[in-house]
Amino acid sequence: MRKVIALILAGGHGRRLGVLTEKIAKPAVPFGGKYRLIDFTLSNCVNSGIYNIGVLTQYRPHILNNHIGIGKPWDLDRKKGGVTILPPFLGGMGGWYKGTADAVFQNMEFVDRFNPDFVVILSGDHVYAMDYNDMVDFHISNGAEATIACIEVSITEASRFGIIVSDPSSKIVEFQEKPSKPKSSLASLGIYVFNWKFLKEYLERDGKDKTSNHDFGHDVIPKMLKDGRNLYSYRFSGYWRDVGTIKSYWESNIELTKPVPPLNLYDANWRFYTQTEEMSPAYCDPNAVVISSIISEGCEISGGVENSVIFQGVKVGNGCVIRNSIVMTNSVIEDNSTIENAIIAENVFISKNVKIGVGENAPNQLDSNVYAGDITVVGMEAKIPQGTVVGKNCVIGIGVNESDFESLEIPSGSFVLHKE
Amino acid sequence: MRILGLILAGGKSDKLGALVSKRTSAAVPVFGKYRAIDFTLSNMVNAGINKVGVLTQYNPRSLMDHLGSGKEWDLDRKNGGLFLLQPYLSKHDEYWYRGTADAIYQNMTLLRRGEESHVLIGSGDHIYKIDFTRVFDFHISTRADITLLVKKMDSSYDLSQYGIVELSGTRIVSIEEKPQKPKSNIAFLGIYFLRKQLLMELLYSFVPSGEHDLLNIIISNLNKLNIQAFVFDGYWRNIKKGITEYLRINMDILNKQIRKELFYNYGKIYTKLKDFPPPKIGLNARVVNSVVSDGCIVNGKVENSVLFRGAVVKAGSTVRRSLIMQESTIEEGALVENAILDKEVIVRQQMKLVGENLPSVVEKRTVL
Repeated sequence: MRKVIALILAGGHGRRLGVLTEKIAKPAVPFGGKYRLIDFTLSNCVNSGIYNIGVLTQYRPHILNNHIGIGKPWDLDRKKGGVTILPPFLGGMGGWYKGTADAVFQNMEFVDRFNPDFVVILSGDHVYAMDYNDMVDFHISNGAEATIACIEVSITEASRFGIIVSDPSSKIVEFQEKPSKPKSSLASLGIYVFNWKFLKEYLERDGKDKTSNHDFGHDVIPKMLKDGRNLYSYRFSGYWRDVGTIKSYWESNIELTKPVPPLNLYDANWRFYTQTEEMSPAYCDPNAVVISSIISEGCEISGGVENSVIFQGVKVGNGCVIRNSIVMTNSVIEDNSTIENAIIAENVFISKNVKIGVGENAPNQLDSNVYAGDITVVGMEAKIPQGTVVGKNCVIGIGVNESDFESLEIPSGSFVLHKE
Repeated sequence: MRILGLILAGGKSDKLGALVSKRTSAAVPVFGKYRAIDFTLSNMVNAGINKVGVLTQYNPRSLMDHLGSGKEWDLDRKNGGLFLLQPYLSKHDEYWYRGTADAIYQNMTLLRRGEESHVLIGSGDHIYKIDFTRVFDFHISTRADITLLVKKMDSSYDLSQYGIVELSGTRIVSIEEKPQKPKSNIAFLGIYFLRKQLLMELLYSFVPSGEHDLLNIIISNLNKLNIQAFVFDGYWRNIKKGITEYLRINMDILNKQIRKELFYNYGKIYTKLKDFPPPKIGLNARVVNSVVSDGCIVNGKVENSVLFRGAVVKAGSTVRRSLIMQESTIEEGALVENAILDKEVIVRQQMKLVGENLPSVVEKRTVL
């Protein structure tokens, strides 16, 4: 039997998700009513029969560690293998992970203990369903030393990605990391299959290279190509999202409420597993009007919910309207509040008669690159006082309470942060 | 105090019709995602009991599949954990369990081997949420030999279906099984707490001489032992009293107070996970006063109903006052009213299924 080990890179900050990743690593960001981002990659692994998994963490790992635990929900609590959290460490070649390749380099001893034939390198913050076996098969059938999964993107978007130029037999001839003039529209998904011995050789070389950024896309892959090694591109045509920005995060959640969403969460042969709190099924009361939405266990809905994703344990009071929004676990929205085009993080308390997402659009004053697309974001554990009116593109910071509000009018584009 | 939990889950119920043709009443689905036994089992686990024996006899497959290794209740343990106790053939005895006392007697090894000091005996058919540690404290402070749980019952319970107790203070002076003319409205809830040693003594003394019912053994010792009543004042229902009652109990989850009491007071109710995605409610759906479980897809109208995991209600169909169990499908234009659909039932397009006086019960995997 072929021996495969998967390494999931889960140390990223996800800076462009703003307050959503201020306190948690991006792979731990909640998604789709009950999941966290890493659930998709972890579930893909076990559904592909890969039960040896290392999760490399670095940035704010506590919620992520707690979520993965011993891997019980994914059947990864095993006698042999299972899931191992790999934080940065001191001693030997240890230290903070300086890049994706360095993170793997520092954990070579861990991988060596399994003596695998192949290593699958994955990202912990992508949403997709993919059978990695097919990719490993493809890798073997081409006699490749490395295989990179890629997806067709529009040429205008291509400069945001690592771009692969391959010949008709799928052999990669060039790799451009975020090029200003892309030569192809095939974007790398950051999913790699390597022959372990081959990868080890290059990681050791990269480790000694003082000029390297220690990044797969930036340094290691180009070096392999330069040496004329056998790298192949594996075309993936299914649903794949890197929910890297507030806008794309919001979109891919709201997409799930469509009649036939591009990501099928209902496939009995490809379940997504997660660790959730035990709650009773969702309840819609006699006044509830829920349409085109996902609601979750423990929800108590009395008001209106439209085109929204409501996570576990959320309470929506009488006379509320929640439209085009994401409301995360255990948040409470009291009576007669209206929320439009917003992302409400976990354990937020929104008092009565609050309006969120009203008025004209205006660029965000805190960080217009992060908070864009008319979406207002409320950080976890914030408390919004009665009667507050919050505009578009606003940010309400983590843990904000009544005393942090100087006015109950928060115009579009402005922000309220918690004063320590 | 170390406690062994025992759950009686072998009973055959004649009153639940098709729902128990392939499963014991303790394994009957309730409230969208649970089975009846989850309540007693979770109550025990929440009270710190980590060794539980489940006594099964009638159609146990579904129950055993549900319990598995006890993982969901944290009972997959090296020490203690979950024990499924079925009737067996042996050199000396070859009897089915002939009663509650006999069932425990035949599994005396479990009692003999453990180092528990006390035994809590419950039934898999009861829906309630209790902090059992209060019962343990009561038992000690009243110096009881045996503590029985009782409840003052209102008119919604048929007293002639229960064991009715008479109290003097908190001490039980008489117990009458299913009396025609009940002397009080205090009924025994089928939950016992006593020292293990005493239980073993009682079983050794009475079962071989032909008394196979635990309550009868206790009744014949009312004068000799200090038998105390712990009055439970929360929600408590027995799932196997009849189809109408079963439907009504399931509807109780639509009541906010009961939902809060059962699922969010003193610990959670655990059940087997199915890993369905969260329920999706479509553009033309209308879901009113209803419970919707994970994996459901609703595009029709649902009123005063409980949708179990993976139930599908298609566009243009209507579900009223019904239970739609796991992975059943109501197709376009169909009407389901006052009905209980067991798992994997399909109600085809334009079909009308309306229960008249009694709710209609549709057996598992039926296509209508």
